[in-house]
Amino acid sequence: MKILSVLIAIILIFPIVYGDSASAQETELLGAGATFAYPLYSKVFNIYYKSFGVRINYQSIGSGGGIRQMINKTVDFGATDVYMTEEEQRNAKAEVLHIPIVLGPVAVTYKLPDNPEIRLTPEVLSNIYLGNINKWDDPEIRRLNMGIVLPDMDIIVVRRSDGSGTTAIFTDYLTKVSEEWAQKVGTGKSVNWPSSLGAKGNEGVSGLVKQIPGSIGYVELAYAVQNLMPVARIQNKSGRFVVPSIESTSLALNIEILKDTKISLTNTDAVNGYPITGLTWVLIYKELEKVERDISRAEELVRLVWWMIHEGQKYAEVLDYAPLPKEAVLIAENILKTITYNNEPVFNRINR
Amino acid sequence: MKNNAPSKYTFVELSFEKLLNIASSITLFLIGAIFITMFHSSLQAIREFGIGFITGSQWDPVADIFGALPFITGTLLTSFTALIISMVFSLSISIYISEYLNNGMFRSFLKSLIEIMAAIPSVIYGFWGLIFLVPLIRNLEMKIGVMPYGVGIFSASLVLAIMIIPYASAIIYEVMSMTPKDIKEAAYSLGANKYEVIKNIILPYVRTGIFAGIFLSLGRALGETMAVTMLIGNMNIIPENIFSPGNTLASVIVNEFAEASGDLYFSTLFEIGLILFLITLIINMAGSRIIKRMYRPAGEK
Repeated sequence: MKILSVLIAIILIFPIVYGDSASAQETELLGAGATFAYPLYSKVFNIYYKSFGVRINYQSIGSGGGIRQMINKTVDFGATDVYMTEEEQRNAKAEVLHIPIVLGPVAVTYKLPDNPEIRLTPEVLSNIYLGNINKWDDPEIRRLNMGIVLPDMDIIVVRRSDGSGTTAIFTDYLTKVSEEWAQKVGTGKSVNWPSSLGAKGNEGVSGLVKQIPGSIGYVELAYAVQNLMPVARIQNKSGRFVVPSIESTSLALNIEILKDTKISLTNTDAVNGYPITGLTWVLIYKELEKVERDISRAEELVRLVWWMIHEGQKYAEVLDYAPLPKEAVLIAENILKTITYNNEPVFNRINR
Repeated sequence: MKNNAPSKYTFVELSFEKLLNIASSITLFLIGAIFITMFHSSLQAIREFGIGFITGSQWDPVADIFGALPFITGTLLTSFTALIISMVFSLSISIYISEYLNNGMFRSFLKSLIEIMAAIPSVIYGFWGLIFLVPLIRNLEMKIGVMPYGVGIFSASLVLAIMIIPYASAIIYEVMSMTPKDIKEAAYSLGANKYEVIKNIILPYVRTGIFAGIFLSLGRALGETMAVTMLIGNMNIIPENIFSPGNTLASVIVNEFAEASGDLYFSTLFEIGLILFLITLIINMAGSRIIKRMYRPAGEK
């Protein structure tokens, strides 16, 4: 009995002594949202923890879930691939800022005999996804790809079955380039697809495309690269056929950027930019006293995001994301500087 | 002592009864609470679409038009196809183990092997199906001249069938081994051979057990999510044939729940869950009625 009570006392005291000293040195920030940039986030958050001792607990539950958690104020920051709608912004009841973190290209990949490198125009791509073109040796595709023997094969269209930011970027692009698509299908994380196979996740789509001869699908570039799959050159707005790469993706942002960075990067005017490109954001409340219980957490949060748009950028390329161009970093800096805690700009405090 | 004992036993017995009472009411309460939550969350969708939700076949989150008929047909089609395929195997396995296998070691080895099948995570079944089964089915589809998707209702049903074998066979095996020895021996002594004993004595005797196995595995098949979503093709159409891709209720929930934006969209996914809940309930209730009707003393025809 005596031993037992001593044990219980130790168990009760231990976390108080140990836990207190740990939490004094270690802040933990909570984040939730997009899966699109999760590989990057998990990498940079780990490095950030090793360098600064601030642990970041990020749940990749999807952009929609991230926004819901932001609205419920259960996380310090959210992350999303699709900027918040006005309805969501209203539900949040306080202004939410969008800070761009990286750009990600959506590649069109396919499975054909001998792995040829094909070119596609926006019209042909949208007609394939609409089901108007359903053979690989269709004259429209042949005309674009002289010198490549295209087989007499059915095109099997593959897309995401789960709601996803990747789908939002891809359908946003198709909506911009095809009137028929805009009318029949539209833009969204899940849409009413014309006849096509659905697979769950980027890994599901790349897995299915790799398996089915004659199939075509869209994935984040990283998945095509890592699986050694061919990617199509897509004709951009200026008429150039561009292969998706880190460089051509960063170039897509060579346009005038709105102050709140809520822009769509598909089919931009950038001359050498890859046209199916998306931006991914971190979401933060502008007035941090609304979510943070003290100023030091607010400081940690701003410091983290500041680091992500500067030092954190160098980890993007290895993971097939495109780092922010200089102009975009400047805009992101300006947004971060507007964040306040009880009307005092938080940035001024961390810079002291 | 004599005065002490009964009161002590009454106390133990009473508290035991109370404990059972509390535990079972908690279970009932939880099921009720789940039902109420699902119903409450689907109210918006029920009000918006009414019965049209069940009969509609368009699923368009962009335009906020939702109809669940493709998913209902997909769920029923995969589950019943899987059931038919799996019953052939689970019946044969049960008969083989209980009647033909005399080696005790090999018998218990085989039994535990089948039980292990139930412990394999469904994502493993899905993955195996995708890597191994789907290419085979694609070859078959090319030979018979349908669109060679590989994935679809048939692939999903086949893997589901394998997944539910242990559920049915465990029950059927147990009831078979409970067939009274004296009846079997009486039949043998009248000159019946093994086939006749199985056909005329054992199978009629275990009818209810077979049906219990059927309904248990059917319930499992209706709700299976991960393996099905990997193999069914997730096409939101009413399947044209057994090889065509489709979608199920469980699979549309797992696919779209995380990113469902907008209250109505969210609510329709809850209604999908509610429909699945009700389908499972109806089938189970029908099942227990059938079993009750069939239950007659052994040997009676």
